[in-house]
Amino acid sequence: MSATTAHLVLAQLTPTSFSWNLISDVRQMLSYQFESHAFEAGAIVSVVAGIVGYFVVLRRTAFAAHALSHVGFAGAAGAAVLSVNPIWGLLVFCLGGAAVMGALGQRLRERDTVIGIVLSFMLGLGVLFIALYNGYSTEAYSILFGQIEGVSSGDVLLTLGVGTFTVVLIAAMYRPLLFASVDADVAEARRVPVRILAVAFMATLALAVAIAVQVVGVLLIFSLLITPAAIADLVTRRPARAMAVAVLIALGCTWIGLAIGWYFPYPDSFFITSLAFAAYVVTRLSVHGAHRRSSRRAIA
Amino acid sequence: MTLPDLVGGRSPQATHTGPVIRAVDLSAGYAATNVWSSATFDIERGEFVAVLGPNGAGKSTLLRLLLGLLRPQAGTLEVLGEPPRRGNPSIGYVPQARTIDPEIAFRGTDLVRLGLDGHRWGFASPFRDRQAQRGLVADAIASVDASSYAERRLGQMSGGERQRLLLAQALVGDPELLLLDEPLANLDLRNQSEMADLVGHLARSRHLSVVLVAHDLNPLNAVVDRVCYVAGGSVAIGPPDEIVTTEVLSRLYGAPVEVLFDSKGRRFVVGIDEELAHPHPHTHGAESGHQSRRFRP
Repeated sequence: MSATTAHLVLAQLTPTSFSWNLISDVRQMLSYQFESHAFEAGAIVSVVAGIVGYFVVLRRTAFAAHALSHVGFAGAAGAAVLSVNPIWGLLVFCLGGAAVMGALGQRLRERDTVIGIVLSFMLGLGVLFIALYNGYSTEAYSILFGQIEGVSSGDVLLTLGVGTFTVVLIAAMYRPLLFASVDADVAEARRVPVRILAVAFMATLALAVAIAVQVVGVLLIFSLLITPAAIADLVTRRPARAMAVAVLIALGCTWIGLAIGWYFPYPDSFFITSLAFAAYVVTRLSVHGAHRRSSRRAIA
Repeated sequence: MTLPDLVGGRSPQATHTGPVIRAVDLSAGYAATNVWSSATFDIERGEFVAVLGPNGAGKSTLLRLLLGLLRPQAGTLEVLGEPPRRGNPSIGYVPQARTIDPEIAFRGTDLVRLGLDGHRWGFASPFRDRQAQRGLVADAIASVDASSYAERRLGQMSGGERQRLLLAQALVGDPELLLLDEPLANLDLRNQSEMADLVGHLARSRHLSVVLVAHDLNPLNAVVDRVCYVAGGSVAIGPPDEIVTTEVLSRLYGAPVEVLFDSKGRRFVVGIDEELAHPHPHTHGAESGHQSRRFRP
């Protein structure tokens, strides 16, 4: 296929085509309500994912986050069977899963086993629900890989409510949660309720996962929850700064990914995850390079 | 749970004049099993006490009692004139080093800072008391000679450096009693003696009582005032020369052990089977028959 025909095909598939006038491009994009909803939901999810993601990396609960997204898959599929908005299924199942994981297994190794067992069972349950849902695979596809452009204005409001609640929770337990994450033994001796915080953080994570699934889907959730926090971890050592960096990176990847997705007939979640991955690789290489340069200077 | 009760503050203990720790006929254990019993001792203000004994004898159990994480099975225990309670701001605690993830992406300064306000809900105000708190953190870090590397990540520090920052974290709240659980473990000999000297210096200069759990008396011999030896289900306390002797330890273990001296005056306890130290009465008789000649300081 020649370049011109490819361009024509793209022009047919997308409502508008790209001009180099970025302001009018953005204005045009946002004039479509479903697209402006996508930008709004994406922004809320990015803020939440950046903040919660910092603690996921610090507390090494990436596996729990991964499992919660699979629990969410079963919930969303179950909601589809019952003709309920999938976000309710996501919220209920993720919170339930968090309660189980928080209550069972305080020790990391034990916890990982429990999480693995719950995760595989939930995936199986999700498959059953999808089959019950008249084998309509588009629904499964959008749960697994995200379909942010199907977000309604009601979904945006719900996402805003849940997202705000999540951020308030983290703000309220910020210092003791840091303490318990870094130094649980001393925190316990200082009367920090370490166990309650562990369960509360799991619940917070569940809420973050539930709303993030809408944007990137179950399978790609790490690109918003882990990658931006991991990048922040490479560039700064201060907790508050790391959270701010993670939020900005998640937001950048989501918005730019959505904008690119507007002009190309490929899934938005592909662009979002690719941008996050590219940002990680570039940061990693440049931080590594800076280390090598500074150590060479130190030798010289 | 109300917020004020989680926010620590100096309580009336500051005016307490009696012994910092008072134990009368104290017994400790978990559920139905007893670890050690009938311990009676006082620890005075400014006193540096090393807690020695074999693995599993209940050294850390003593710290858990003092921290209020475990209730005595019998007898009374007072810390600064009142029963132990969790979150007592007059106690600085450093747990065993291995409980901190060495790869964690966290600065030393932030770790020390947690000792100041990590137990408070919410986040620190970016405006109020900021300079004062930074000053306290910097002072605590300076008092353990860690200023040159405190801004680095914990993962980029040596075990000794991390240990010093944990000590700074315990000191930042200006405690009256310092509880250190095996701060010398996993350190090389030079770092062991540096750490011991540092703790001894802190105890003297701040008139701070220190209870330090250790495996080996030798690096501490010059700085400790007394030794608290936990073995065979009982506790003996006194100056090192009176406690770490063949007679006292043999009585504690309920089996013949020997304290030997090398040419530099270092003590070695010989002839202890690890099993003897554990609180399993039924194994005592059986195990005392065979003795491995292992060195257990």
